[in-house]
Amino acid sequence: MAEVTKLIYKYLRHDKKFPHVWCPGCGIGIMLGALIRAIDRIGYEKDEIVLVSGIGCSGRLPVYVDFNTLHTTHGRALSFATGVKLAKPALKVIVVMGDGDAVAIGGNHFIHAARRNIDVTAIIVNNNIYGMTGGQYSPTTPYGMRSATTVYSNIEQSFRISELAVTAGAVFVGRGTVYHARLLDSLMEKAFLKPGFSVVEVIAHCHTQYGRVNRLGSAVEMMEWQRDHAVTVEKAATMASEALQDKIVIGVLVDKELPVYQDEYEKIRKRAKGVAVR
Amino acid sequence: MKKLNRREKKTEVLLQGNEAVVEGALRAGCRFFAGYPITPATEISEILSVKLPQVDGTFIQMEDEIASLGAVIGASLAGVKAMTATSGPGFSLMQENLGLAIIAEVPCVIVNVMRGGPSTGLPTSPAQSDVMQARWGTHGDHPIIALSASTVRECYEMTIKAFNFSEKFRNPVILLIDEVMAHMREKMVLSDQEEVEIFNRVKPTVPPEWYIPYEDTPRGVPAMANFGEGYRYHVTGLTHDIRGFPTSRPDEIGPLIARLHRKISQHFSEIQIVEYDQTDDADITIIAYGCVARSARRAVREAREKGIKVGLLKLMTLWPFVRSAVEKVLQTSKVLIVPEMNMGQVSREVKRVNRGTAKVLTLNKVDGTIITPPEILNRIMEVS
Repeated sequence: MAEVTKLIYKYLRHDKKFPHVWCPGCGIGIMLGALIRAIDRIGYEKDEIVLVSGIGCSGRLPVYVDFNTLHTTHGRALSFATGVKLAKPALKVIVVMGDGDAVAIGGNHFIHAARRNIDVTAIIVNNNIYGMTGGQYSPTTPYGMRSATTVYSNIEQSFRISELAVTAGAVFVGRGTVYHARLLDSLMEKAFLKPGFSVVEVIAHCHTQYGRVNRLGSAVEMMEWQRDHAVTVEKAATMASEALQDKIVIGVLVDKELPVYQDEYEKIRKRAKGVAVR
Repeated sequence: MKKLNRREKKTEVLLQGNEAVVEGALRAGCRFFAGYPITPATEISEILSVKLPQVDGTFIQMEDEIASLGAVIGASLAGVKAMTATSGPGFSLMQENLGLAIIAEVPCVIVNVMRGGPSTGLPTSPAQSDVMQARWGTHGDHPIIALSASTVRECYEMTIKAFNFSEKFRNPVILLIDEVMAHMREKMVLSDQEEVEIFNRVKPTVPPEWYIPYEDTPRGVPAMANFGEGYRYHVTGLTHDIRGFPTSRPDEIGPLIARLHRKISQHFSEIQIVEYDQTDDADITIIAYGCVARSARRAVREAREKGIKVGLLKLMTLWPFVRSAVEKVLQTSKVLIVPEMNMGQVSREVKRVNRGTAKVLTLNKVDGTIITPPEILNRIMEVS
């Protein structure tokens, strides 16, 4: 059996009615492949993984995979994940969100999960658009671009999700693109193994909505754009900020140590029982 | 009589309603609380932040009430009994995830200490104006259980009931108390050997590959597997088939929504809790709940002293509406008076089930003060 067939057999649900909801050429499938490969390489048991999502194209991801899966309300996935993790810290909790999900409606939950250093991994598929609802502009739609609700041009500035995560206090932040699939594999593996709040931003394309209205070409052409505009963190450090304006900085943006919430809370339990804690 | 190995330890305590809610929650097995500060519910958070870690539970203060209920649902899915407490503005924010807990059938308890509204309203004054919001606040057709309390002892007991019902029926349960009940202090006796019935969710007994997470059962309530116990399944806010997978097939959606309602409606007699006080021979029956039931009890006593045949039907379950109990007094009484600290929410339900057998009168107060015994007595005198 081919390696990929083994992974499909092991991790995709056999009782789920396929095909999936995503458009042909969508980047979410590449991201899902990276997620499964990283989990397999680390060797987690399927029973110990809880995969949580919000609403949108990415929100549909958990239904296809054979873990404990939780498809929540729009933007709120991290709050549910917080409850799962604190109630049962032995579980590995992974959250998948889109750009609108994570930093528009869920922006507050995102920065607070990062600030608290809740031990979950947030994977954010950033395709610059609300795809499922028909291509309305999101907080990551670049200035000047078009969408179903910015037909005259987007006049808002966009969020940079990874930089936002760094500022909010995430202990691990990595960014990749769906073109750089192998990089995604390693970023996810590092993020999963990192104690505390880890973020992997996955730059993806929505050729169906964003690409079409902005005449950016096919899925392949949009992935070639990712290839041509990606700059590694190491190289970016040597470049002037003007030269980085239209570039995607990929790699590990931050990897630091901070006390993890559930470990700190364990100390609170000891203090509450009158046990001295250093 | 049961033989006890050691002497029963009884503690007399002076508790406020919010403190009694905490005692009830811990007794029921609550080990997770997520909340956001809001008057007049804050004591519940504050005390649980002290007590939960003492019993290996978890307290977390979230960024808002939306996240609070999200975390509560997540904890419950992981197998821990969980609750939150709030007041009007926070309860409004919780409506979104309340719907998810209903459709995904996740047990949890929400305490809403009612204060005056709308909007920020009257943060430190009592009201009973969220009764309809508790019933219909979240969108879509859904069943709900809402309980109330009119003594500190009942705050304790109804919190335990709330957890038991939520676990038994896999539905969120709302405890609606008011600012008076939350902050009023009464003597309560706590016993370490009191036998309290505690119900825990029914777990699957079949092997994981046979587990059908949203399968219909005679009770209408499917067995619930906790995350991480070997039963990997899908939980979603979308309408789903019996395996939990999203569906848009009419032949799967209809039975799901019907079952959600049926699992509550076929247990009405168990869920609907009321107390009859001198209603048997009453010409006039007061229907009251929460702090107003206290004033009503006094008014009934004083009216009886004047020779007026008055009784009290005290509602401890607000939703599902206690139709059969109300129908009973509608048939035996000539007049029903429904005093409420709102513009008429339960009285609307009483009128709905009235088939013209009795006159239904209201007594409404929405100025942030309680309805007093003389006010109810005056209303009784007007009609007697």
